[in-house]
Amino acid sequence: MALRDITLGQYFPGTSLIHRLDPRAKLLFSLLYIVALFTAKSPLSYLVTFVVLALGILISRLRLSVFLKGLKPIMIIVILTAIMNLFFTRGGDTLWSFGFLHITENGVSMAVYMMLRIIMLLLMTLLLTYTTSPLMLTDGLDRLLSPLKHFKVPVHDFTMIMSIALRFIPTLIQETDKIMSAQKARGADFESGNLIQRAKALVPILIPLFISAFRRAEELSVAMDCRCFHDGQNRTRLRQLKFTANDAILLMFAVLLCVAIILMRRFGI
Amino acid sequence: MSAIIEVQHVSFVYPDETNPDKKVLKDVSLSIEEGSFVAVLGHNGSGKSTLAKLLNAIHKPTSGTILVDGMDTSDPSKLLSIRSTVGMVFQNPDNQIVASVVEEDVAFAPENLGVPPAEIRTRVDEALTMVGMYEFREHAPHLLSGGQKQRVAIAGVIAMRPRCIVLDESTAMLDPIGRREILHTARHLNEAYGMTVVLITHHMEEAAQASRLIVMSEGEIIADGPPREVFSHVEQLRSFGLSSPETVQLLYELQHEGILVPLDAITDEECAQVLVQLLR
Repeated sequence: MALRDITLGQYFPGTSLIHRLDPRAKLLFSLLYIVALFTAKSPLSYLVTFVVLALGILISRLRLSVFLKGLKPIMIIVILTAIMNLFFTRGGDTLWSFGFLHITENGVSMAVYMMLRIIMLLLMTLLLTYTTSPLMLTDGLDRLLSPLKHFKVPVHDFTMIMSIALRFIPTLIQETDKIMSAQKARGADFESGNLIQRAKALVPILIPLFISAFRRAEELSVAMDCRCFHDGQNRTRLRQLKFTANDAILLMFAVLLCVAIILMRRFGI
Repeated sequence: MSAIIEVQHVSFVYPDETNPDKKVLKDVSLSIEEGSFVAVLGHNGSGKSTLAKLLNAIHKPTSGTILVDGMDTSDPSKLLSIRSTVGMVFQNPDNQIVASVVEEDVAFAPENLGVPPAEIRTRVDEALTMVGMYEFREHAPHLLSGGQKQRVAIAGVIAMRPRCIVLDESTAMLDPIGRREILHTARHLNEAYGMTVVLITHHMEEAAQASRLIVMSEGEIIADGPPREVFSHVEQLRSFGLSSPETVQLLYELQHEGILVPLDAITDEECAQVLVQLLR
């Protein structure tokens, strides 16, 4: 897997309906969607959540390949979770057993459902970050969390940290690529050996990367000071967040989805 | 013309430096006229970058005063006004860009200053047009070239509507094309908009394009004047380990051989003309 394939936290500018929605509405929608996803139990309720997700991806007018690319780095976790569930879930008929390992009927369905859950959760998150610029995203979060300011929570600092972290992901990936090539040119070997040897081979990448990240942080903080960054009081925004009718509809839809899934679980549909 | 920056008998010792005699700047005095294009030339460790960082109150002078448009940089209550009067662009464009979209980055400073949204829009468009990056306003900065990124960084500073812009080695990390882009932008800002430009550099050829050249060595100003004049003192520059542009050096060698040529031809064209006249 090349490092460039990591698309986490990336934003693809566009003009689709989803791009234009208010980040607050999108954040709340994602949250409610996750609630629905983890409440879903029956195949039908999974189908409903899947259709919602598919519609979202369709409306965003982004290529499916970018979503699959974003899914790739997390696949190992998905597969591990599936295996764990497959072997360690009890109940139902035992289909296969060997020593302490058993595969039960419940295990199989649990594994499949968990896999679907994580994949859909990730796809929804990708849809959110792909269609919302990091600044809009942090802006939205900033507004949603702003009531916490009354309890002296430094909301603005948190959101600033988040947006800078997102901004530097591609820069640090480019840098890692560069360091890796430089170390390869000096004869470093990242591809062979067992797991421990490979982990050790990463040290000469991580150390320069960390040092440079600290240097970047220092320079960035000076540059931000020079551009009059301060505690966030009286800050204005280029783009005003506007909660439109579309956003209200989206939220109503999210609540409906949640209620529907909960009812389906309640009545075993 | 009035001075926008007054540096009066400024000495500077880094706060974490234990030896108080290790001054990075030694009793430096100078004044920069509004609307001028000044280059500050010097080696690494000559104090030129430290001087730049004193101009917008990133560092405060250990002794002496710096006045920016009449405001003392040691006065904390004037900090934001000083920083929005003297904008600063650094070496590495990647470490100055805060946002993931060009126009959102340019908006960062006016947002901090509490400018109303509609005016931020005007300022962002204006700043991006001034550096010739308007058509890239919705791009992601990490996909731009070095010179383009640095122009975005300049726009991010211009959006504060500063009267003076300090380029602290802003071309050092760029390729020749990027370097030319930045110098062109700096000259354009100076000529078309009357913005004061302070160009900190160690490239002779870049320094030669300014209307005034200040040469620094070991924390002191060793020469100050129009580039033609400063560069013609070839021996003096050499004694500080600096050299004149190649054109001046060529003429200097000719003069040394007893051929009568003027030393104030800086550009390739000027130098060529001198040589052509000599051969006639």
